[in-house]
Amino acid sequence: MASVILPAIPSESRPGRFGIYGGRYVPETLMAALVELEREYEIAKADAAFQAELNALLTDYAGRPTPLYFAKRLTESLGGAKIYLKREDLLHTGAHKINNALGQGLLAKRMGKKRIIAETGAGQHGVATATVCALLDLACVVYMGEVDMARQELNVMRMRLLGAEVRSVSSGSRTLKDAISEAMRDWVTNVRTTYYLLGSALGAHPYPTMVRDFHRVISREMKEQILEKEGRLPSAVIACVGGGSNAIGAFYEFLHDRQVRLIGVEAGGNGTELGQHAARFRGGVPGVLQGTFSYVLQDENGQIASTHSVSAGLDYASIGPEHAALHDSGRAEYVAQDDAAALDAVVKLARTEGILPALESAHAVAEAIRIAPALPPRDILVVNLSGRGDKDMGILARELNLKRI
Amino acid sequence: MPIRFQHKPGLVVYITAGDPSLDATRSIAVAAIDAGADVIELGVPFSDPLADGPIIQRASERALKHGVSLKNVLGLAGEIRAARPEAGLVIFSYLNPILRYGLSRFADDAAAAGVDGVLATDMIVEEAAEYLAALDCVHLAPIFLAAPTSPDERLEAIASHSKGFVYAISRTGITGKQQSLAADAAALVARIRRWTTLPVAVGFGISNADHVAQVAEFADAAVVGSAIVELIERSTPDEAPGAVARFIKGLRLPETALAR
Ligand SMILES: Cc1ncc(COP(=O)(O)O)c(C=O)c1O
Repeated sequence: MASVILPAIPSESRPGRFGIYGGRYVPETLMAALVELEREYEIAKADAAFQAELNALLTDYAGRPTPLYFAKRLTESLGGAKIYLKREDLLHTGAHKINNALGQGLLAKRMGKKRIIAETGAGQHGVATATVCALLDLACVVYMGEVDMARQELNVMRMRLLGAEVRSVSSGSRTLKDAISEAMRDWVTNVRTTYYLLGSALGAHPYPTMVRDFHRVISREMKEQILEKEGRLPSAVIACVGGGSNAIGAFYEFLHDRQVRLIGVEAGGNGTELGQHAARFRGGVPGVLQGTFSYVLQDENGQIASTHSVSAGLDYASIGPEHAALHDSGRAEYVAQDDAAALDAVVKLARTEGILPALESAHAVAEAIRIAPALPPRDILVVNLSGRGDKDMGILARELNLKRI
Repeated sequence: MPIRFQHKPGLVVYITAGDPSLDATRSIAVAAIDAGADVIELGVPFSDPLADGPIIQRASERALKHGVSLKNVLGLAGEIRAARPEAGLVIFSYLNPILRYGLSRFADDAAAAGVDGVLATDMIVEEAAEYLAALDCVHLAPIFLAAPTSPDERLEAIASHSKGFVYAISRTGITGKQQSLAADAAALVARIRRWTTLPVAVGFGISNADHVAQVAEFADAAVVGSAIVELIERSTPDEAPGAVARFIKGLRLPETALAR
C-alpha cells in the first residue's frame, strides 16, 4: 500500500496564532481592550457558573441541541451519499449566530460593559446581538453597509424592533467589510465603555478563538448525534464560509478524526475575476485586514478588492485565520459554489424537504448536491444548515421570479 | 538621516499622498517644509482606513481613484527628499500595502528614496519582530503610536522600540478635527517620558494654533493631519500649496516661533 502523508493539524502555535495566521494588527488604542478581553474570557471560560449560565440560555432560550436531520428525500433524489442536515436554522433568531452572541453578551455583562456594538452583513449577527442585548438589558448599536441594508431589509426592521440602533455605512463597498471598519472606529473612540461583539471567527486575537469556542457546540452535538444515529462518523462535514464562524464550529470537534473530510464552501459569486466573487482561496493572498493576518482578496498594490455574492453573509474579502491555517495544512478543503448554484440549492431543498435555507447555508447545500451523487450510499455527508432563508425572501422573489410563477 | 525638530514647537505635517495628485502632493510638501514643517508624514492611501475619520477617508478615496500605489508614494518621497534634503520624511501606512510590496523590498526602496522613518498604523510592538528587523537593516526609524489607553508596560515597549520620535495619540479615537485638546494628552506624554528621552509628538485632532500652543507646553511637537487634508480638499490644486503654507505659518504663535 502506498504510504499516505497525513495533513498536519494546525494548532495554535501561540495564543491567537494559527500556523502563520492570526495575530493582532490593530491601532494601539485597542490593545489594552484586547488584552483585557483575552484575560476576562479566559477567566469566564474556566468559570463553571459562567458556563452553566450560558448553557442554560443555549438550551432554554436559543433551543439547543439542534436536531441532526436525515434529509431522506434530498438523498433519494440525488442517489448517492446520505445527507444529514445540522439544523442551526431552527435556533432562536434563525441562525447559528446566536451561539456566539449569547456567549459574548454574557461576557460583556460580566465585564461591566453597558454599550454593545456589532457589525452585520446578512443581518443575522445583528439580529442575534440585538436580541441578546434586549435580553440582558444592554444598549446596542449595529453597523451595516448600505448595500446590505437594502438587500436584508427585513433584518434591519427586526433589529430596530428589538431596540437596537442600526447605523448605515456608506463608505467603501458598503458591505460587511465596511461595517467592520466602522464598528472598529466606534470601538477605538468609545473603547473604555463599549464592548465590540464581533460576529465571526475574524479579527484580532482573542476573537477568532473565542468565537470558535462559542460555536464548538455545533460539532460536539453533531458528533454525538451521528454516532447515535449511524454508529460511525460522517465521511464529510460541509459548511459555508463567510468569516468562518459556522464552519469552524462545525469542523472543530472533527479535526483529529482524519477520516472525516472537512469542506468549506466559499461564495463563487457570478464570475472568477477579482471583484466577482468572495472565494479567498481562489486568488486571495495572505495579508492583513481588520486586525488579522489571513488570506485577503486584494489587488497588486495591496488594496482590498471588492467582492460579490448573492449572499450578504459570505460577501467578505478575508477569512478567519484558523481557516487559512486549515487550508494550508490540507486538513480542510475549500471549494466555491456560485450564486446560481446557491439559488438552485434553495429551491431543491425547499421542494424536497420543505426547508428554506439561508442563501449563505445554500452554498453548503449546493456542494452536497454536487458531490453526493458520485459517492457510495454508505457515505454520510453532514451539511451545517447555518440559517434559515426567511430573511432572503426579497432576493429570492426577484432572483426566482416568484411574483410571476 | 536622524529626524530632528528644528523649530519649537516641532511640527509634523500629515498629507495623504496623491490627493489630489502626486504632483500636487509634492508641491504641498515642499511648501509645508518651507513654511516650517519639521517632518512630513506621507500617508499611503488605503482602501480600508479603519483608524481614520471621514476627512482622511475621503482623501484616500480620491487618491485611490487615480490608482496611487505604495510604489508611487516612494517615488514621491524620493522627489521630496531631493528637493528638501533637511526635512524629516516619514511613510505613514496601513500594513497591507507594505506586506504586499514585500517587507524587505519596501524597507530597501524607502531607504533608497531617502525616507527617515515608518509608521504603520496597525502594527503593534508584539507583532513587530520581522518588521523591526527589516527597518533596522536599512536604518529606517520605526515610529510606534502610544495611546491614552496604553498601560505603562506597553509604553515602555513602545518607547524602547521607537526611533526618531514617539507618536502620542491625544485621545481615544480616530483621526479628525476637534474643538479642544483632550486632557488625556499631557498625562500620556508625561508617562511616555518616563521611558525615553526621544522627542514626543502629539497628534489626532490638532487643528489650530491654540492646540499647537497647548501641546508645546508638554510635548516636543504637534502632528497636524486632518486640518491640512481638509484644507487641501477645499482648495484647487494650484491654490493648495499656498493655502497649506499660510495655515502652517499660522499654527505657531509668534512668541514660540524661532526664525529659521
Ligand atoms: C445563516 C448564515 N450562515 C453563514 C454566515 C456566514 O458567517 P460565518 O462564515 O461566520 O458562519 C452568515 C453571516 O451572516 C449567516 O447569516
